[in-house]
Amino acid sequence: MTVETTQAKLESENTPTPRKRGGRSSREATLAFWGFVTPALAGLTIFTLAPIVWGLLLSFSHAQNTIRIGHFVGLRNYEDLLTDPAFLNSLVTVAIFAAFIVPLTYLVSLGLALAVERVTAGRSFFRTVFFIPSAVSYVVASLIWKVSLFNGLSFGFANQVIGKFGSGPVAWIGATHPPWYWFVLVTVRLWLQVGFFMIIFMAGLQEIPRTVYEAAAVDGAGAWTTFRRITLPHLRNTSIAVMLLTLIAAFQAFDEFYNILGGVGASAGNQVLARPPLIYLYSLALSDQDFGRGTAGAFILTALILIVTLVQGKALGFGRSEE
Amino acid sequence: MKHHQSVVSRLLSYLVLGVLAVLFLIPFYLLLRNALMTDPQITSTRWSWLPIPPVWSNFHKLFTDPAAPMATGLINSGIIAVTTLVFQMLFSSMAGYALARIPARGRNVVFGLIVSTLMIPAAVTFVPTYAVTAFLGGINTRWGIIVPGLFSAFSIFLFRQFYLGFPVEIEEAGRLDGLGYAGIYWRLLLPNSRSILMALGVLAFISSWNAFLWPLVIGQDPSSWTVQVVLSTFLTAQTLNLSELFAAALVGIAPLVIVFLLMQRSIVEGAKFSGGKG
Repeated sequence: MTVETTQAKLESENTPTPRKRGGRSSREATLAFWGFVTPALAGLTIFTLAPIVWGLLLSFSHAQNTIRIGHFVGLRNYEDLLTDPAFLNSLVTVAIFAAFIVPLTYLVSLGLALAVERVTAGRSFFRTVFFIPSAVSYVVASLIWKVSLFNGLSFGFANQVIGKFGSGPVAWIGATHPPWYWFVLVTVRLWLQVGFFMIIFMAGLQEIPRTVYEAAAVDGAGAWTTFRRITLPHLRNTSIAVMLLTLIAAFQAFDEFYNILGGVGASAGNQVLARPPLIYLYSLALSDQDFGRGTAGAFILTALILIVTLVQGKALGFGRSEE
Repeated sequence: MKHHQSVVSRLLSYLVLGVLAVLFLIPFYLLLRNALMTDPQITSTRWSWLPIPPVWSNFHKLFTDPAAPMATGLINSGIIAVTTLVFQMLFSSMAGYALARIPARGRNVVFGLIVSTLMIPAAVTFVPTYAVTAFLGGINTRWGIIVPGLFSAFSIFLFRQFYLGFPVEIEEAGRLDGLGYAGIYWRLLLPNSRSILMALGVLAFISSWNAFLWPLVIGQDPSSWTVQVVLSTFLTAQTLNLSELFAAALVGIAPLVIVFLLMQRSIVEGAKFSGGKG
């Protein structure tokens, strides 16, 4: 509510053309508005809105090897998917993944931000070191993780390190107990994304007024109390944003699962170990050319993401404190 | 206030950060090491820390290997990322300006429509968007990879926020000088939008260069593969030997690491724009 009213106020203050002249200037404005907004609006309509509508119709159609709508089958695609153990498994897989990656990303990126903010000498060096993995693609990181870092043979780096402590090589990416491949999949994403969120937390930390800390120090508050009573509450909105962004991204995991566990088809290899929904949808749409079920699955996943986002947002009190 | 921080706790901070920094740099070290070694050196069970002497010929082999379309991939990725950067920034700033500053009927409806697409996660719509792009004949073409990525509701939103806070006086001065809306946008707004253009532009470039799922879906023919698709094919099909594979990966991230180090300030701004201020 408050946001909308302030926004409306901002707009009315900022609208430069007074409407008093009416006629010519308002026609000029209308023309200019549509001229400026049309490229983006047309593009979004063709490549986002239209696909959603078309996809919705496809999801109610029997569309094997075709993207034409017509052979309507009602909710059968949805029923098929929701009773398909492979699809349900993919949802379990992504839930496990999110359960690890979301809290870990939060803790590590917040920890890094606090630690880097604390030091004076070498701060920009540390910031760069933790942030630079953000420039690396999932494909290249997967390549390093799979072929070098967690190579299951004895020349892999992790196996060399544990070998120094007398342990034999571990088959990191394979059907092992415990399932080490989760460690591989979680660490690669952690390495790639914590630097980005560290930057966001550092921006949040810098917005906390110094005076609040000074007052706490005068009151004799210890480090832990200061962190819990001052730092964390001030980072509330940032924390919520970080968790939602990592959660939404985790539900769309594809790249590292595809590249580390093997591709699709003949080279699938270890793909059966952990197949998130996007990998499942990819093979459904691209390999099986079943666009009816492929789009139905996309809508189920979208609905799930929206629900989880809303629930998590509610649980964390989204928009409660708007100071 | 915090001068009482004991020397011990300060040393501890540096120790923790130092250990973490080494851990974070290991993947880069492994990439460099392997790219400059021969295969027998890489697979040797006796670990050697440094590639001595460095095997530079790996790069030569990579670019002369007929089975490795690395040069094509680099060209494709370069064209795609630059085009995406330029046009996404142009379209987004234009729309952001109109939505923030040009009074017209239907403005709120258009804004609502654009914001509503933000609710739909992009990777999830790849199946229906693939269907539409295929229908328009975009499979195996560069434009099929590029065009759907030129329109970003999120950057439009951020540009609108930015222009809402733009001083009205500058616009009014332009109006007195006889500038219309287009003139104001081109002569006054764009030159004063350097910070946001660089911040969001460099992020658009990086994410376009690193994109994988969409180029994989659209570029099925090797002639339209991007660097990421080329590397992924090497990796999952195991068509290359290890030293060439790592040389290829190094070539694939080198342009971005350079861009990153040169533009770090803008990238930090971009991260704040897209994460913290939401």
